[in-house]
Amino acid sequence: MSKRRINWYKYAAPANFYPLAGKTIPFFTVVTALLFVVGLYIGFFVAPTDFQQGESYRIIFIHVPAAWMGMFLYVLMAVYAGIGWAFNARLASMMATAISTTGAIFTFISLVTGSLWGRPAWGVYWVWDARMTSTLILMFLYIGFISLQASIDDPRRADRAGAVLALVGLINVPIIYFSVQWWNTLHQGATFTARSFKMAPSMLWAMLILMGACWMYSIAVVLVRVRCIIREREREAPWLTEAMA
Amino acid sequence: MRAPSLQSMFGWVLWRDLILAWRHRADVLATLFFFVIVTSLFPLGIGPEPQTLQTIAPGIVWVAALLASMLSLGRIFGNDYQDGTLEQLLLTRQPAYLVVLAKILAHWLVSEVPLVLMAPVLGLQFGLSQNSLLIVVVSLLLGTPVLSLIGSIGAALTLGLRAANVLVALLVLPLYIPVLIFGTGAIQSTVNGTATQPWLLLLGATLILAFVFAPWATSAALKISVE
Repeated sequence: MSKRRINWYKYAAPANFYPLAGKTIPFFTVVTALLFVVGLYIGFFVAPTDFQQGESYRIIFIHVPAAWMGMFLYVLMAVYAGIGWAFNARLASMMATAISTTGAIFTFISLVTGSLWGRPAWGVYWVWDARMTSTLILMFLYIGFISLQASIDDPRRADRAGAVLALVGLINVPIIYFSVQWWNTLHQGATFTARSFKMAPSMLWAMLILMGACWMYSIAVVLVRVRCIIREREREAPWLTEAMA
Repeated sequence: MRAPSLQSMFGWVLWRDLILAWRHRADVLATLFFFVIVTSLFPLGIGPEPQTLQTIAPGIVWVAALLASMLSLGRIFGNDYQDGTLEQLLLTRQPAYLVVLAKILAHWLVSEVPLVLMAPVLGLQFGLSQNSLLIVVVSLLLGTPVLSLIGSIGAALTLGLRAANVLVALLVLPLYIPVLIFGTGAIQSTVNGTATQPWLLLLGATLILAFVFAPWATSAALKISVE
Protein backbone atom coordinates (compact mmCIF):
# COMPACT_ATOMS: atom_id res chain seq x y z
CA MET A 1 0.00 0.00 0.00
CA SER A 2 1.48 3.35 -1.04
CA LYS A 3 2.16 6.01 1.59
CA ARG A 4 -0.58 8.60 1.59
CA ARG A 5 0.85 12.08 1.27
CA ILE A 6 -1.06 15.18 2.29
CA ASN A 7 -1.39 17.62 -0.55
CA TRP A 8 -0.70 20.77 1.43
CA TYR A 9 -1.42 23.03 -1.55
CA LYS A 10 -5.08 22.24 -1.37
CA TYR A 11 -5.22 24.50 1.69
CA ALA A 12 -4.36 27.45 -0.54
CA ALA A 13 -7.99 27.46 -1.57
CA PRO A 14 -10.21 29.49 0.74
CA ALA A 15 -12.86 26.76 0.66
CA ASN A 16 -10.43 24.20 2.13
CA PHE A 17 -8.61 26.56 4.48
CA TYR A 18 -11.82 27.82 6.11
CA PRO A 19 -12.73 24.56 7.91
CA LEU A 20 -9.07 23.85 8.76
CA ALA A 21 -8.76 27.23 10.46
CA GLY A 22 -12.04 26.63 12.24
CA LYS A 23 -10.80 23.37 13.69
CA THR A 24 -7.47 24.77 14.92
CA ILE A 25 -8.77 27.96 16.54
CA PRO A 26 -9.97 26.30 19.79
CA PHE A 27 -6.58 24.64 20.26
CA PHE A 28 -4.73 27.96 19.94
CA THR A 29 -7.21 29.68 22.23
CA VAL A 30 -6.66 27.14 25.01
CA VAL A 31 -2.87 27.27 24.66
CA THR A 32 -2.98 31.08 24.72
CA ALA A 33 -5.00 31.12 27.92
CA LEU A 34 -2.69 28.60 29.61
CA LEU A 35 0.47 30.43 28.62
CA PHE A 36 -0.92 33.78 29.73
CA VAL A 37 -1.89 32.41 33.14
CA VAL A 38 1.46 30.68 33.69
CA GLY A 39 3.50 33.60 32.33
CA LEU A 40 1.68 36.27 34.32
CA TYR A 41 1.93 34.18 37.48
CA ILE A 42 5.69 33.80 37.12
CA GLY A 43 6.05 37.43 36.12
CA PHE A 44 4.12 38.87 39.03
CA PHE A 45 4.63 36.37 41.86
CA VAL A 46 7.83 34.43 41.20
CA ALA A 47 10.19 36.91 39.57
CA PRO A 48 12.17 38.90 42.14
CA THR A 49 12.07 42.64 42.69
CA ASP A 50 14.53 44.50 40.50
CA PHE A 51 17.55 46.00 42.24
CA GLN A 52 17.29 49.39 40.55
CA GLN A 53 13.69 49.74 39.43
CA GLY A 54 11.64 48.02 42.13
CA GLU A 55 8.32 46.65 40.97
CA SER A 56 7.70 48.94 38.00
CA TYR A 57 10.02 46.89 35.79
CA ARG A 58 7.33 44.20 35.54
CA ILE A 59 5.72 46.05 32.66
CA ILE A 60 8.57 44.59 30.61
CA PHE A 61 6.62 41.32 30.52
CA ILE A 62 4.02 42.95 28.31
CA HIS A 63 6.19 45.56 26.61
CA VAL A 64 8.83 43.26 25.12
CA PRO A 65 6.44 40.58 23.81
CA ALA A 66 4.22 43.28 22.29
CA ALA A 67 7.17 45.00 20.61
CA TRP A 68 8.50 41.72 19.30
CA MET A 69 5.08 40.70 17.95
CA GLY A 70 4.64 44.10 16.29
CA MET A 71 7.87 43.68 14.36
CA PHE A 72 7.44 39.98 13.65
CA LEU A 73 3.86 40.40 12.45
CA TYR A 74 4.95 43.17 10.07
CA VAL A 75 7.54 40.89 8.48
CA LEU A 76 4.97 38.10 8.27
CA MET A 77 2.40 40.45 6.77
CA ALA A 78 4.88 41.63 4.15
CA VAL A 79 5.83 38.04 3.30
CA TYR A 80 2.20 36.96 2.94
CA ALA A 81 1.39 40.03 0.87
CA GLY A 82 4.41 39.36 -1.33
CA ILE A 83 3.34 35.75 -1.86
CA GLY A 84 -0.18 36.89 -2.69
CA TRP A 85 1.22 39.35 -5.22
CA ALA A 86 3.87 37.10 -6.78
CA PHE A 87 1.78 33.94 -7.04
CA ASN A 88 -1.60 35.63 -7.48
CA ALA A 89 -2.80 33.75 -4.40
CA ARG A 90 -5.70 35.59 -2.85
CA LEU A 91 -5.72 33.63 0.41
CA ALA A 92 -2.17 34.80 1.13
CA SER A 93 -3.30 38.40 0.62
CA MET A 94 -6.28 37.81 2.90
CA MET A 95 -3.86 36.58 5.56
CA ALA A 96 -1.81 39.76 5.15
CA THR A 97 -4.93 41.90 5.64
CA ALA A 98 -5.89 39.81 8.70
CA ILE A 99 -2.44 40.18 10.26
CA SER A 100 -2.28 43.94 9.77
CA THR A 101 -4.83 44.79 12.48
CA THR A 102 -3.23 42.55 15.12
CA GLY A 103 0.23 43.87 14.30
CA ALA A 104 -0.98 47.45 14.63
CA ILE A 105 -2.57 46.69 18.00
CA PHE A 106 0.63 45.10 19.36
CA THR A 107 2.76 47.99 18.13
CA PHE A 108 0.37 50.41 19.80
CA ILE A 109 0.56 48.41 23.04
CA SER A 110 4.35 48.44 22.92
CA LEU A 111 4.41 52.22 22.41
CA VAL A 112 1.96 52.86 25.27
CA THR A 113 3.52 50.40 27.74
CA GLY A 114 6.98 51.67 26.84
CA SER A 115 5.84 55.21 27.49
CA LEU A 116 4.30 54.25 30.83
CA TRP A 117 7.49 52.42 31.79
CA GLY A 118 9.66 55.33 30.75
CA ARG A 119 8.14 57.64 33.32
CA PRO A 120 9.27 55.75 36.43
CA ALA A 121 12.44 54.36 34.85
CA TRP A 122 13.87 57.36 32.98
CA GLY A 123 11.69 60.22 34.17
CA VAL A 124 10.14 61.01 30.77
CA TYR A 125 7.16 59.61 28.89
CA TRP A 126 8.79 59.94 25.49
CA VAL A 127 12.17 60.59 23.90
CA TRP A 128 13.01 60.69 20.25
CA ASP A 129 15.65 58.00 20.38
CA ALA A 130 16.27 55.72 17.41
CA ARG A 131 14.25 52.71 18.56
CA MET A 132 11.19 54.65 19.69
CA THR A 133 11.14 56.80 16.55
CA SER A 134 11.41 53.79 14.26
CA THR A 135 8.69 51.95 16.22
CA LEU A 136 6.50 55.00 15.75
CA ILE A 137 7.27 54.80 12.02
CA LEU A 138 6.22 51.13 12.17
CA MET A 139 2.89 52.23 13.68
CA PHE A 140 2.44 54.72 10.84
CA LEU A 141 3.29 52.05 8.28
CA TYR A 142 0.63 49.74 9.71
CA ILE A 143 -1.93 52.56 9.65
CA GLY A 144 -0.92 53.41 6.08
CA PHE A 145 -1.31 49.78 5.00
CA ILE A 146 -4.76 49.51 6.60
CA SER A 147 -5.90 52.86 5.17
CA LEU A 148 -4.67 52.04 1.69
CA GLN A 149 -6.50 48.73 1.64
CA ALA A 150 -9.62 50.37 3.04
CA SER A 151 -9.74 53.03 0.34
CA ILE A 152 -9.40 50.75 -2.69
CA ASP A 153 -12.67 49.14 -3.74
CA ASP A 154 -11.34 46.40 -6.00
CA PRO A 155 -10.06 43.69 -3.59
CA ARG A 156 -7.26 42.38 -5.81
CA ARG A 157 -5.93 45.87 -6.50
CA ALA A 158 -6.09 46.54 -2.77
CA ASP A 159 -4.12 43.34 -2.09
CA ARG A 160 -1.37 44.19 -4.56
CA ALA A 161 -1.09 47.84 -3.61
CA GLY A 162 -0.82 46.81 0.04
CA ALA A 163 1.90 44.33 -0.92
CA VAL A 164 3.98 47.08 -2.54
CA LEU A 165 3.58 49.30 0.51
CA ALA A 166 4.36 46.50 3.00
CA LEU A 167 7.48 45.45 1.11
CA VAL A 168 8.74 49.05 0.77
CA GLY A 169 8.30 49.55 4.52
CA LEU A 170 10.02 46.26 5.36
CA ILE A 171 13.36 48.03 5.65
CA ASN A 172 12.11 49.72 8.83
CA VAL A 173 12.06 46.46 10.82
CA PRO A 174 15.83 45.79 10.74
CA ILE A 175 16.31 49.46 11.58
CA ILE A 176 14.20 49.05 14.73
CA TYR A 177 15.96 45.86 15.68
CA PHE A 178 19.52 47.06 15.18
CA SER A 179 18.96 50.66 16.24
CA VAL A 180 20.15 49.95 19.78
CA GLN A 181 23.45 48.66 18.38
CA TRP A 182 23.98 51.40 15.82
CA TRP A 183 23.06 54.39 17.96
CA ASN A 184 23.92 54.73 21.62
CA THR A 185 20.84 56.53 22.86
CA LEU A 186 18.45 56.03 25.73
CA HIS A 187 17.08 52.55 25.01
CA GLN A 188 19.11 49.84 26.65
CA GLY A 189 21.27 47.47 24.67
CA ALA A 190 20.31 43.95 23.78
CA THR A 191 19.32 41.80 26.74
CA PHE A 192 19.60 38.52 24.90
CA THR A 193 22.68 37.47 23.08
CA ALA A 194 23.47 34.02 21.81
CA ARG A 195 25.69 33.23 24.72
CA SER A 196 24.42 34.98 27.82
CA PHE A 197 21.50 36.84 29.25
CA LYS A 198 21.70 39.53 31.84
CA MET A 199 18.40 38.87 33.62
CA ALA A 200 17.38 36.59 36.47
CA PRO A 201 16.15 33.23 35.09
CA SER A 202 12.60 33.63 36.35
CA MET A 203 12.31 37.01 34.62
CA LEU A 204 13.58 35.46 31.41
CA TRP A 205 11.14 32.58 31.67
CA ALA A 206 8.20 34.89 32.30
CA MET A 207 9.13 36.99 29.28
CA LEU A 208 9.57 34.00 26.99
CA ILE A 209 6.34 32.37 28.12
CA LEU A 210 4.42 35.60 27.61
CA MET A 211 6.02 36.01 24.20
CA GLY A 212 4.73 32.54 23.33
CA ALA A 213 1.34 33.51 24.71
CA CYS A 214 1.19 36.61 22.50
CA TRP A 215 2.25 34.52 19.53
CA MET A 216 -0.48 31.93 20.10
CA TYR A 217 -2.96 34.74 20.66
CA SER A 218 -1.95 36.30 17.34
CA ILE A 219 -2.41 33.01 15.52
CA ALA A 220 -5.85 32.46 17.02
CA VAL A 221 -7.04 36.00 16.36
CA VAL A 222 -5.62 36.12 12.82
CA LEU A 223 -7.32 32.82 11.97
CA VAL A 224 -10.66 34.12 13.24
CA ARG A 225 -10.22 37.33 11.29
CA VAL A 226 -9.17 35.60 8.09
CA ARG A 227 -12.28 33.44 8.30
CA CYS A 228 -14.35 36.61 8.44
CA ILE A 229 -12.47 38.03 5.46
CA ILE A 230 -13.01 34.80 3.52
CA ARG A 231 -16.75 34.93 4.18
CA GLU A 232 -16.85 38.54 3.03
CA ARG A 233 -14.86 38.15 -0.14
CA GLU A 234 -16.06 34.73 -1.19
CA ARG A 235 -19.73 35.36 -0.42
CA GLU A 236 -20.75 34.53 -4.00
CA ALA A 237 -18.85 31.24 -4.06
CA PRO A 238 -20.93 28.04 -4.31
CA TRP A 239 -19.34 26.40 -1.27
CA LEU A 240 -20.67 29.24 0.87
CA THR A 241 -24.03 29.85 -0.81
CA GLU A 242 -24.85 26.12 -0.75
CA ALA A 243 -23.94 25.85 2.91
CA MET A 244 -26.22 28.79 3.67
CA ALA A 245 -29.17 27.49 1.61
CA MET B 1 8.90 52.06 -37.86
CA ARG B 2 11.85 51.72 -35.52
CA ALA B 3 11.09 51.96 -31.85
CA PRO B 4 12.77 54.91 -30.12
CA SER B 5 16.01 54.27 -28.26
CA LEU B 6 16.09 54.32 -24.47
CA GLN B 7 17.70 57.75 -24.38
CA SER B 8 15.29 59.33 -26.81
CA MET B 9 12.32 57.81 -24.95
CA PHE B 10 13.62 59.20 -21.68
CA GLY B 11 14.25 62.59 -23.25
CA TRP B 12 10.84 62.66 -24.89
CA VAL B 13 8.89 61.84 -21.71
CA LEU B 14 10.96 64.41 -19.80
CA TRP B 15 10.45 67.12 -22.40
CA ARG B 16 6.72 66.42 -22.65
CA ASP B 17 6.25 66.67 -18.91
CA LEU B 18 8.24 69.90 -18.77
CA ILE B 19 6.18 71.47 -21.54
CA LEU B 20 2.90 70.38 -19.93
CA ALA B 21 4.06 71.84 -16.61
CA TRP B 22 4.95 75.08 -18.36
CA ARG B 23 1.45 75.27 -19.80
CA HIS B 24 0.00 74.87 -16.33
CA ARG B 25 2.41 77.18 -14.58
CA ALA B 26 -0.15 78.16 -11.98
CA ASP B 27 -0.20 74.69 -10.42
CA VAL B 28 3.55 74.77 -10.06
CA LEU B 29 3.72 78.25 -8.64
CA ALA B 30 1.00 77.38 -6.13
CA THR B 31 3.36 74.83 -4.55
CA LEU B 32 6.08 77.45 -4.26
CA PHE B 33 3.78 80.00 -2.68
CA PHE B 34 2.55 77.37 -0.24
CA PHE B 35 6.14 76.81 0.84
CA VAL B 36 6.69 80.54 1.32
CA ILE B 37 3.47 81.08 3.25
CA VAL B 38 3.90 78.10 5.58
CA THR B 39 7.47 79.06 6.39
CA SER B 40 6.36 82.59 7.14
CA LEU B 41 3.53 81.48 9.41
CA PHE B 42 5.83 80.02 12.03
CA PRO B 43 7.67 83.16 13.11
CA LEU B 44 4.27 84.86 13.29
CA GLY B 45 2.92 82.09 15.47
CA ILE B 46 5.95 81.45 17.67
CA GLY B 47 7.26 84.99 18.12
CA PRO B 48 10.17 86.89 16.60
CA GLU B 49 12.86 86.17 19.18
CA PRO B 50 16.06 85.53 17.15
CA GLN B 51 17.42 82.69 19.29
CA THR B 52 14.19 80.69 19.05
CA LEU B 53 13.93 81.30 15.34
CA GLN B 54 17.46 80.11 14.70
CA THR B 55 16.79 76.93 16.64
CA ILE B 56 13.58 76.07 14.85
CA ALA B 57 14.61 77.21 11.37
CA PRO B 58 16.04 73.92 10.04
CA GLY B 59 12.98 71.94 11.09
CA ILE B 60 10.52 74.43 9.72
CA VAL B 61 12.18 74.89 6.36
CA TRP B 62 12.39 71.14 5.93
CA VAL B 63 8.86 70.33 7.11
CA ALA B 64 7.44 73.04 4.87
CA ALA B 65 9.43 71.61 1.94
CA LEU B 66 8.08 68.15 2.77
CA LEU B 67 4.47 69.32 2.89
CA ALA B 68 4.81 71.41 -0.26
CA SER B 69 6.30 68.53 -2.21
CA MET B 70 3.56 66.23 -0.96
CA LEU B 71 0.90 68.57 -2.29
CA SER B 72 2.40 68.38 -5.75
CA LEU B 73 2.72 64.59 -5.92
CA GLY B 74 -0.67 64.07 -7.53
CA ARG B 75 0.61 65.84 -10.63
CA ILE B 76 3.26 63.26 -11.48
CA PHE B 77 0.86 60.65 -12.83
CA GLY B 78 -2.62 62.10 -12.22
CA ASN B 79 -3.20 63.98 -15.46
CA ASP B 80 -1.78 61.22 -17.64
CA TYR B 81 -3.82 58.61 -15.81
CA GLN B 82 -7.05 60.51 -16.44
CA ASP B 83 -6.64 60.85 -20.18
CA GLY B 84 -5.20 57.38 -20.78
CA THR B 85 -1.68 58.42 -21.72
CA LEU B 86 -0.20 56.58 -18.75
CA GLU B 87 -1.61 53.28 -19.95
CA GLN B 88 -0.06 53.85 -23.37
CA LEU B 89 3.29 54.72 -21.84
CA LEU B 90 3.24 51.48 -19.85
CA LEU B 91 2.37 49.48 -22.96
CA THR B 92 5.46 50.59 -24.88
CA ARG B 93 8.49 48.39 -25.40
CA GLN B 94 10.68 50.65 -23.29
CA PRO B 95 10.92 49.71 -19.63
CA ALA B 96 8.47 51.44 -17.32
CA TYR B 97 11.46 52.20 -15.04
CA LEU B 98 12.68 54.72 -17.62
CA VAL B 99 9.32 56.40 -18.10
CA VAL B 100 8.92 56.72 -14.33
CA LEU B 101 12.44 58.10 -13.91
CA ALA B 102 11.83 60.74 -16.58
CA LYS B 103 8.55 61.79 -14.95
CA ILE B 104 10.17 62.00 -11.52
CA LEU B 105 12.99 64.10 -12.93
CA ALA B 106 10.48 66.44 -14.56
CA HIS B 107 8.54 66.68 -11.28
CA TRP B 108 11.71 67.46 -9.36
CA LEU B 109 12.82 70.14 -11.80
CA VAL B 110 9.44 71.79 -11.83
CA SER B 111 8.17 71.44 -8.24
CA GLU B 112 11.25 71.01 -6.04
CA VAL B 113 14.01 73.11 -7.57
CA PRO B 114 12.02 76.34 -7.04
CA LEU B 115 11.77 75.37 -3.37
CA VAL B 116 15.52 74.86 -3.19
CA LEU B 117 16.14 78.26 -4.79
CA MET B 118 13.63 79.97 -2.49
CA ALA B 119 14.90 78.33 0.70
CA PRO B 120 17.93 80.59 1.37
CA VAL B 121 15.70 83.66 1.08
CA LEU B 122 13.37 82.14 3.65
CA GLY B 123 16.32 81.16 5.78
CA LEU B 124 17.18 84.85 6.04
CA GLN B 125 13.81 85.36 7.73
CA PHE B 126 15.02 83.11 10.52
CA GLY B 127 18.36 84.81 10.88
CA LEU B 128 20.52 81.92 9.72
CA SER B 129 24.17 82.61 8.97
CA GLN B 130 25.61 82.43 5.45
CA ASN B 131 27.23 79.07 6.14
CA SER B 132 23.92 77.70 7.39
CA LEU B 133 22.13 79.02 4.33
CA LEU B 134 24.61 77.23 2.09
CA ILE B 135 23.95 73.97 3.92
CA VAL B 136 20.18 74.62 3.68
CA VAL B 137 20.54 74.70 -0.08
CA VAL B 138 22.87 71.70 -0.27
CA SER B 139 20.74 69.54 2.04
CA LEU B 140 17.58 70.43 0.13
CA LEU B 141 19.35 69.74 -3.17
CA LEU B 142 20.25 66.27 -1.93
CA GLY B 143 16.98 65.65 -0.13
CA THR B 144 14.29 66.90 -2.51
CA PRO B 145 15.05 64.30 -5.23
CA VAL B 146 14.50 61.66 -2.53
CA LEU B 147 11.17 63.29 -1.72
CA SER B 148 10.18 63.09 -5.38
CA LEU B 149 11.38 59.51 -5.72
CA ILE B 150 9.67 58.16 -2.60
CA GLY B 151 6.64 60.35 -3.20
CA SER B 152 6.20 58.83 -6.64
CA ILE B 153 5.64 55.43 -4.97
CA GLY B 154 2.80 56.91 -2.94
CA ALA B 155 1.41 58.72 -5.97
CA ALA B 156 1.43 55.51 -8.01
CA LEU B 157 -0.27 53.49 -5.25
CA THR B 158 -3.11 55.98 -4.83
CA LEU B 159 -3.85 56.71 -8.49
CA GLY B 160 -7.48 57.54 -9.05
CA LEU B 161 -8.61 56.86 -5.47
CA ARG B 162 -11.16 58.97 -3.67
CA ALA B 163 -9.20 60.69 -0.89
CA ALA B 164 -5.92 60.35 -2.75
CA ASN B 165 -4.25 63.50 -1.43
CA VAL B 166 -4.64 62.71 2.24
CA LEU B 167 -3.87 59.05 1.70
CA VAL B 168 -0.62 59.88 -0.10
CA ALA B 169 0.41 61.95 2.90
CA LEU B 170 -0.32 59.03 5.24
CA LEU B 171 1.67 56.58 3.12
CA VAL B 172 4.62 58.71 2.23
CA LEU B 173 5.37 60.78 5.35
CA PRO B 174 6.64 57.81 7.42
CA LEU B 175 9.06 57.01 4.61
CA TYR B 176 10.16 60.67 4.48
CA ILE B 177 11.18 60.72 8.14
CA PRO B 178 14.82 59.57 7.68
CA VAL B 179 15.37 62.26 5.01
CA LEU B 180 13.88 64.85 7.35
CA ILE B 181 16.14 63.76 10.20
CA PHE B 182 19.29 63.84 8.08
CA GLY B 183 18.43 67.13 6.39
CA THR B 184 17.60 69.01 9.57
CA GLY B 185 20.59 67.38 11.27
CA ALA B 186 22.86 68.83 8.61
CA ILE B 187 21.54 72.36 9.09
CA GLN B 188 21.53 72.03 12.89
CA SER B 189 25.17 71.01 12.81
CA THR B 190 26.11 74.34 11.22
CA VAL B 191 24.17 76.21 13.90
CA ASN B 192 25.75 74.38 16.84
CA GLY B 193 29.19 73.87 15.31
CA THR B 194 29.40 70.08 14.98
CA ALA B 195 30.41 68.20 11.84
CA THR B 196 28.14 68.64 8.83
CA GLN B 197 29.70 66.14 6.46
CA PRO B 198 28.28 62.95 8.05
CA TRP B 199 24.74 64.23 7.64
CA LEU B 200 25.32 65.19 4.01
CA LEU B 201 26.89 61.82 3.32
CA LEU B 202 23.86 60.08 4.82
CA LEU B 203 21.60 62.23 2.66
CA GLY B 204 23.64 61.26 -0.38
CA ALA B 205 23.35 57.59 0.57
CA THR B 206 19.55 57.80 0.85
CA LEU B 207 19.51 59.57 -2.51
CA ILE B 208 21.46 56.77 -4.17
CA LEU B 209 19.29 54.08 -2.57
CA ALA B 210 16.09 55.86 -3.53
CA PHE B 211 17.36 56.55 -7.05
CA VAL B 212 18.00 52.85 -7.64
CA PHE B 213 14.99 51.27 -5.95
CA ALA B 214 12.16 53.78 -5.96
CA PRO B 215 11.41 53.88 -9.73
CA TRP B 216 11.24 50.09 -9.63
CA ALA B 217 8.67 50.11 -6.82
CA THR B 218 6.80 52.92 -8.57
CA SER B 219 6.55 51.08 -11.88
CA ALA B 220 5.29 47.97 -10.05
CA ALA B 221 2.71 50.12 -8.26
CA LEU B 222 1.70 51.77 -11.56
CA LYS B 223 1.06 48.44 -13.18
CA ILE B 224 -1.12 47.48 -10.23
CA SER B 225 -3.06 50.74 -10.27
CA VAL B 226 -3.60 51.01 -13.99
CA GLU B 227 -5.12 47.56 -14.50
